[in-house]
Amino acid sequence: MSSSSTSAQPREATADTVESPLLEVRDLHVEFRTRDGVAKAVNGVNYSVRAGETLAILGESGSGKSVTAQAVMGILDSPPGFVTGGQIVFKGRDLLTLGKEDRRKVRGSQMAMIFQDALSSLNPVHSVGSQLGEMYRVHKGSSRQDAKAKAIELMDRVRIPAAKARVGDYPHQFSGGMRQRIMIAMALALEPDLIIADEPTTALDVTVQAQVMDLLAELQGEYHMGLILITHDLGVVADVADKIAVMYAGRIVETAPVHELYAKPAHPYTRGLLDSIPRLDQKGQELYAIKGLPPNLLRIPPGCAFNPRCPRAQEICRTTVPPLFEVTDEAGTPRPGRASACHFWKETLDD
Amino acid sequence: MGRYVLRRLLQMIPVFIGTTFLIFVMVHALGDPVNALFGDRAPDPAVAAQIRAQYNLNDPLWLQYVKYMGKLFQWDFGTTFSGQTVTSQLAAAYPVTLKLTAVAFTIEVVFGIGLGLLSGLRRGRIADNSVLILTLVVISIPTFVTGYVLQYLVGVKWGILPATVGFDVTFQSLLLPGIVLASVSLAYVARLTRTTVAENTKADYVRTAVAKGLPRHRVVINHLLRNSLIPVVTFLGTDLGALMGGALVTERIFNIHGVGYTLYQGIVRQSTNTVVGFVTILVIIFLLANLLVDLLYAVLDPRIRYA
Repeated sequence: MSSSSTSAQPREATADTVESPLLEVRDLHVEFRTRDGVAKAVNGVNYSVRAGETLAILGESGSGKSVTAQAVMGILDSPPGFVTGGQIVFKGRDLLTLGKEDRRKVRGSQMAMIFQDALSSLNPVHSVGSQLGEMYRVHKGSSRQDAKAKAIELMDRVRIPAAKARVGDYPHQFSGGMRQRIMIAMALALEPDLIIADEPTTALDVTVQAQVMDLLAELQGEYHMGLILITHDLGVVADVADKIAVMYAGRIVETAPVHELYAKPAHPYTRGLLDSIPRLDQKGQELYAIKGLPPNLLRIPPGCAFNPRCPRAQEICRTTVPPLFEVTDEAGTPRPGRASACHFWKETLDD
Repeated sequence: MGRYVLRRLLQMIPVFIGTTFLIFVMVHALGDPVNALFGDRAPDPAVAAQIRAQYNLNDPLWLQYVKYMGKLFQWDFGTTFSGQTVTSQLAAAYPVTLKLTAVAFTIEVVFGIGLGLLSGLRRGRIADNSVLILTLVVISIPTFVTGYVLQYLVGVKWGILPATVGFDVTFQSLLLPGIVLASVSLAYVARLTRTTVAENTKADYVRTAVAKGLPRHRVVINHLLRNSLIPVVTFLGTDLGALMGGALVTERIFNIHGVGYTLYQGIVRQSTNTVVGFVTILVIIFLLANLLVDLLYAVLDPRIRYA
């Protein structure tokens, strides 16, 4: 909690002076052309991140949250993945119109990504020092010695003990938490403006999760970076995020500032997610689960994609795709940053 | 590491004794070498007895083996029936075969890995399919067919490269036999490389390398290929021994007086000392190549450590 409030401080101060966001994703469409047909993984996603701000993207596996991030980074496996529409505006430039070489120079130096499984995401045959130093060698043209010195400095920054002695060690010689710190260090190396963290703590045990999250939040505040945090863990989000976007079947179904979303969700899916968190005060009762399975992206149901699983589904939900409605309070004044793609957002909000 | 090497070297001793003894027994099972020496004519009993005595042929087999091994450790490989020392045969044959192997191995490594990489990166496309079909053809056709066909086309009909190798062994004259000798192994290397490369392109660390903004050549060579070469190196190591000993057919076709050629002559004439001597050296090369591969493993993959 303390980390989020400290990082929120500079954001408030600069919010008025920064008129355009750092990253703006506009109506992004991504599809995977497979043998079985075209899987529409991302269907018109909009979101934006400002410098120093943390956006959490929440959703089940297959909701398109990682694919969106990969499209932003430009590391989509293509084929089969293709960006079929939309814009990714980063620092005033549409990345999708950039050439391959320009796009590569943005990666790593201006935006970086932290992956979920650090063991498989780090190259097993290179020492962590050389993998960290590679950032400086490739992007800055540093010499071998300089790169190594910088690598040690980075390892110190992410608080890896005895960095100097361990710089020549290989990924498998580190513990899970330390490995994830190395991933973070690698992303931070060139002090990028934006970091995308794709489930950075999922593979870690709970005590280490908190340490890694705190470190990430602290460094983000220090460098005043934008952070996109992709997760399905609602507990992680509450502590560090400023705002949340909930994704379902390749669309954003609800956006809200973090505490409002927890207090009063405006979409039945978000409600279901929150109700699925096991609670200690309801021990002994049956755990709640959203019934059914996420939709097959080859055959997304007509209307609202969530309708077959929704307890509130009516006829209109099966025929009409709900747009993102602006969410207002009882008096009708719009709540800033809140939107819900549900025909019955008002009823859900009042529940 | 030192202890590991020492242990491996000690393990070689029983393997060495076992293999040489087997060879010894098998060569003797071919028949009476003295009769073979005289061909169809019946040998003069006195001469035959003298030869038998000179080569310890009257002793029981195990004693012959012990006597042979005793001399072997003094670098005395014995003599052939024609009086030539096996050591001089070795000295004449091995340098030639080493040159041929070097040429073939270079071709195998460069083109095998190159084609495998190309085809693994472009899986399912034209380049990939052509490499697959081509290597399948090469694997299916016996070496003596490719050997004679290439010798006729390249060496005789078009005259691009020398068709045979004389006593003066030049690099140019070894090029054609090198290609023939390398062809089958090259095909295997290409296929093996293709498979591991294609598998590793989907690996998480390759995605990380791309996300780091590395140029494509760096991603491919430094991250993808480095990891994909581990199984290929194993194959190359064992193949090195096979290339040296297995050049029999190629050396016959191109008239190269190397190991395979001399060994062949030794078998035909039932010259026990020649066959056993040459095979003994081959066994040592095989064992050392295998040790080298295992040590190279640890260099290529830091997760493997020997204690």
